[in-house]
Amino acid sequence: MSQPDFSHDGIRTARGTAFRYLFMLCALLSILTTVAIVATLLIDAIDFFATVSPVEFLTGTRWSPTNDPVAFGVLPLISGTLIITLGSALVALPIGLLTAIYLSEYASERRRAYLKPALEVLAGVPTVVYGYFALVYVTPALDTILPLSTFNALSASIMVGIMIIPMVSSISEDAMSAVPDSLRQASYGLGATKFTVSTSVVVPAALSGIISSFILALSRAIGETMIVAIAAGQTPRMVDLTDPAGMFLDSIQPMTSAMVQIGTGDIVGQGAAYKSLFAVGLTLFVITFVMNLVSELVASRYREVYR
Amino acid sequence: MTNRQMTSSETEQTDDQQPNPTPGTDSLADRGTDIGVETSSRDDPATVADRTIIESRDLDVYYGDDQALNGISMEIPEQQVTALIGPSGCGKSTFLRSINRMNDLIDIARVDGELFFREKNVYDDDVDPVALRRRIGMVFQSPNPFPKSIYDNVAYGLRVQGQDDNLDEKVHTALERAALLDEVEDQLDSSGLDLSGGQQQRLCIARAIAPDPEVILMDEPASALDPVATSKIEDLIEDLAEEYTVIIVTHNMQQAARISDKTAVFLTGGNLVEFDDTTKIFENPESDRVEDYITGKFG
Repeated sequence: MSQPDFSHDGIRTARGTAFRYLFMLCALLSILTTVAIVATLLIDAIDFFATVSPVEFLTGTRWSPTNDPVAFGVLPLISGTLIITLGSALVALPIGLLTAIYLSEYASERRRAYLKPALEVLAGVPTVVYGYFALVYVTPALDTILPLSTFNALSASIMVGIMIIPMVSSISEDAMSAVPDSLRQASYGLGATKFTVSTSVVVPAALSGIISSFILALSRAIGETMIVAIAAGQTPRMVDLTDPAGMFLDSIQPMTSAMVQIGTGDIVGQGAAYKSLFAVGLTLFVITFVMNLVSELVASRYREVYR
Repeated sequence: MTNRQMTSSETEQTDDQQPNPTPGTDSLADRGTDIGVETSSRDDPATVADRTIIESRDLDVYYGDDQALNGISMEIPEQQVTALIGPSGCGKSTFLRSINRMNDLIDIARVDGELFFREKNVYDDDVDPVALRRRIGMVFQSPNPFPKSIYDNVAYGLRVQGQDDNLDEKVHTALERAALLDEVEDQLDSSGLDLSGGQQQRLCIARAIAPDPEVILMDEPASALDPVATSKIEDLIEDLAEEYTVIIVTHNMQQAARISDKTAVFLTGGNLVEFDDTTKIFENPESDRVEDYITGKFG
């Protein structure tokens, strides 16, 4: 009796190896790109810090890269970013969370089936459209009741907020839908109303997902460029956090739109003004990177609370 | 053990109105052999166990186009253990869930007919299922404690129902009644999920009885547990029946025989085939199909 033949098939083995390297190459490509971008940022930023000290950059309260006397204090830009983030958070976090609760707990199957995709369309609108919408419709409309500047933080942050609502609602809704139905049943069985079930069982059990949706949405708001470049103005100023009216009603400049201004402006050569682009970019990168890290941490820290 | 002769049919019970059963050694024979709510004296505390607390009349339940229950009429006595048995898909869990209107939570479920809780039709328009569920506790198939502390799990129903005075005392009492207090007394602040499966199910029972409901519905409460934990739950159920009306769905016939006073047998198509004293069902059922099911020839 002859033994069955289990020997290697040369072609099959070679094909397997080829695919393995192809897939690895694709994975490496995106990693390498990221590494290259960070490296470029770092090299040019270090170059910049040779002329302007990091202390001066991080603590200076005046940003004027081109007009004399030049100054490279990043704090006004950070405060501008902070305002946009704060304003958009005020819009997006409550609306997004309540939307998620509605979709997950209140909406019927049928209603959810068309509401959820409709919301996600919001995320697909190009941000330049949001920007012009803020400038052309939101600002004039708000101007009838508030003493607004043409370019202002208010309409820009409202628009950024609307843009990130789907991120909050979609990720939060996923987290709430993942809460086991047996917990809802237990709560209903004890005579809880739908509102109590939502607030005392579903939201706490989905908290890690909800918090990470908040952080991801905010880091998206921090990095948002087009809307603020179009509608928020280009006035780098230290925002007084104790003065809400001044904060929102007038023109500001966050980090991203400062970078746009430098990148698209008529700056020539490799001077400090040009190099500052990379220093601001690096700052922005560090901030969003840390936030994404925190989001990951929160999600994994609380993941095991319910199974 | 004497078997008391009862006439019964699928849908109604007639009452032969014997006086109180002779005291027996067996708790099954001891408790509630008489039913017949119409003729028993409602004012005599001795006959409280013979009162009907839940009565269904011609109850149909549909899930979309599928009929899950077909004309169920039965009278469930107060402060006894009533077991609902039958093969998978026979409608026993559906019937259980129609008592506290948990079926309302399923979009496609529809109910016809009447179900009375203390002579009030719970499907009347003026009935708020939230209020109904506060008088009927429920324990589910697999333990489902909230991801909260043991204390907060038991206190949950009390808080929801606004009974939050003397919370500590009520939580302790409920844990004690659920035979769990000794095991968890020093770890009330730790998560309910840290307990073993059997302990979790007793925690869920404590949670259900804490607000002091009148009826406790149990949907195969021991099916996810090992034999030791199961026997603890069974002992507990017999103790609970001294104060509460317990209605238990089980796929385990021995369990029904061990712990229940009355047994309802549901067979295919959502039909109630026989409802009688447990001893009668298991020793001398009227219906041949029930006998086949009980003896394992079918199902």
